[in-house]
Amino acid sequence: MTTMHEGSAREAHRGILQAGTAGPAFTLNTTPDQTVSLEDFRGQNVILAFYPADWSPVCGDQVVLYNELLREFRRLNGALLGISVDGVWCHSAFAAARHLHFPLLADFEPKGAVAKLYGAYRTKDGVAERALFVLDGEGVIRWSYLSPIGVNPGADGILEALETITKTPRAA
Amino acid sequence: MAQLQSRVARLVVPVSERDHTYGPADAPVTLVEYGDYQCPYCGQAYGILKTIQSRFGRRLRFAYRHFPLAEIHPLAVGAAEAAEAAAAQGRFWEMHDLLYENQPVLGESDLMRYAHQLELDVARFVNELARHTYEGRVREDFMSGVRSGVNGTPTFFINGIRHDGPWDVDTLTEALMVAAQLHA
Repeated sequence: MTTMHEGSAREAHRGILQAGTAGPAFTLNTTPDQTVSLEDFRGQNVILAFYPADWSPVCGDQVVLYNELLREFRRLNGALLGISVDGVWCHSAFAAARHLHFPLLADFEPKGAVAKLYGAYRTKDGVAERALFVLDGEGVIRWSYLSPIGVNPGADGILEALETITKTPRAA
Repeated sequence: MAQLQSRVARLVVPVSERDHTYGPADAPVTLVEYGDYQCPYCGQAYGILKTIQSRFGRRLRFAYRHFPLAEIHPLAVGAAEAAEAAAAQGRFWEMHDLLYENQPVLGESDLMRYAHQLELDVARFVNELARHTYEGRVREDFMSGVRSGVNGTPTFFINGIRHDGPWDVDTLTEALMVAAQLHA
């Protein structure tokens, strides 16, 4: 159930899904012949990093930064998934160029469908927002953050959210 | 316009004895840089900061912390450890300057050459680099940056608040002046 308060907060954040909501299920390709599903990660915390496009300078910094923090994420039982509307070939070239060690998912066909489910699609531009979601082991969103599209949101919020989950498992 | 979440990024680990600082501890403005010796933008910032430092003189304390993005800059961690190894011999800033002035050449033999140039105890320097004595220290800097909202290099903090936007001489000078006035 969404309370009034959560409802208005959601509106203020241009509609990205907020903490307390179950993360909508999805399956996306990460390479031409491999898919990743949200449910593969049950029991594990998941960081969904939606971003507008491979190769754009800010995303470059953002994914490069997260790539350096995989150890810390893992220590907090967190798996990182990057998601944009770019196709698998674009993702694989980008991942190779930046030496990325986490999957990039192609929200490519139908375009932006998963971003839309999370309220993180910019219809005007046809790309995903720069939005972060941290989900717990049961697939419930515990933290979400919408960054101005040109601003790299950093990783401090993600680490804090993962630590909160570790310290205070959600009340059943 | 839709409202976005915005947070003021603050330095979570204040500048202390543990930091490499230049300028008096009681200066009205403290500028912290998180930098990567192999990052071309940090190389650009290096020259800008020299100008800023000479402009402000003793009104500015500058602190440098490591933020090596190792996967895209494979020589950055080694260079940061070299700066720390020089620091252990009291020569951090000299090594820091050499690293930025010779940015394209940061291989192992180059680092050794710089150690010779600074007349360090080279055997100790080489040994500490080989054993990665300062790996933990460099990672500590990196994580303090992550916790403070560092999102790329270089990132600056002025009196503990992240400086967003351009960092050319004029913009940075103005931001530092404002901080100095607030401090006064």
